[in-house]
Amino acid sequence: MVRVLVNVPKQIAANEPFDVKLLISHPMESGQRRDQMGQAIPRDIINHFICTLDGETVLEADFFPAIAANPFLSFSVVAEKSGTLAMTFTDDHGVTQTELVAITVT
Amino acid sequence: MIPRRRFVLLSACCAVSPAAATPAEVAALIQALTGDVPPKDGLIHLDLPVMVENGNSVAMTVSVADPPSPVEAIHVFAEGNPLPRVAVFRFGPRSGAPRVTTRMRLATSQTVIAIARLRDGSCWRDSVDLLVTLAACID
Repeated sequence: MVRVLVNVPKQIAANEPFDVKLLISHPMESGQRRDQMGQAIPRDIINHFICTLDGETVLEADFFPAIAANPFLSFSVVAEKSGTLAMTFTDDHGVTQTELVAITVT
Repeated sequence: MIPRRRFVLLSACCAVSPAAATPAEVAALIQALTGDVPPKDGLIHLDLPVMVENGNSVAMTVSVADPPSPVEAIHVFAEGNPLPRVAVFRFGPRSGAPRVTTRMRLATSQTVIAIARLRDGSCWRDSVDLLVTLAACID
């Protein structure tokens, strides 16, 4: 389990795009670095991310080691009615974590 | 046989500068993406600072303003990083606008390229040449 911060606006209008901000606490070890003994530090990154709103895709992303540590993402969503944003990400060990955020459309 | 002194120097150099990707490598990746038709300039906008103080975390925004057909995906490449691919973003039906902000690593001063692929099959390109003072990926 890694720490995730999600920010969505409190007031959302129907069919009006709004921004979602997401910060995942993860080292995103690139696999390019070496430790003090000269041994390569194995790669460990979040390589896949998908955000859905009630099952419909918002954004799907493939990440490579060039994404900075503690990845930050900001993207736009459009909603017709209240629902749940599901943000799922997968790391190199195949571990998947999902963050659910309820949004209220007024 | 390599003299010991030169070997030590050589291995030290290799340790600090991981092999960088080349513009040709990136061009091949882009060609695999767009096919024989080269991507056109414009439509997509890649927003990156021209002077980067710290390559470990560089804010990047890619966006497509008023696309004639929905944007399928945006690909980002860094020519001077050890691994040229940075990220791929695919937009679904619930996306409000084809725009993403994230933070990336830059190993050296280089050109960063963004390619947008639209549903009508057309590809658009934007690039930024930037200077990096403190490089990422080394330590």
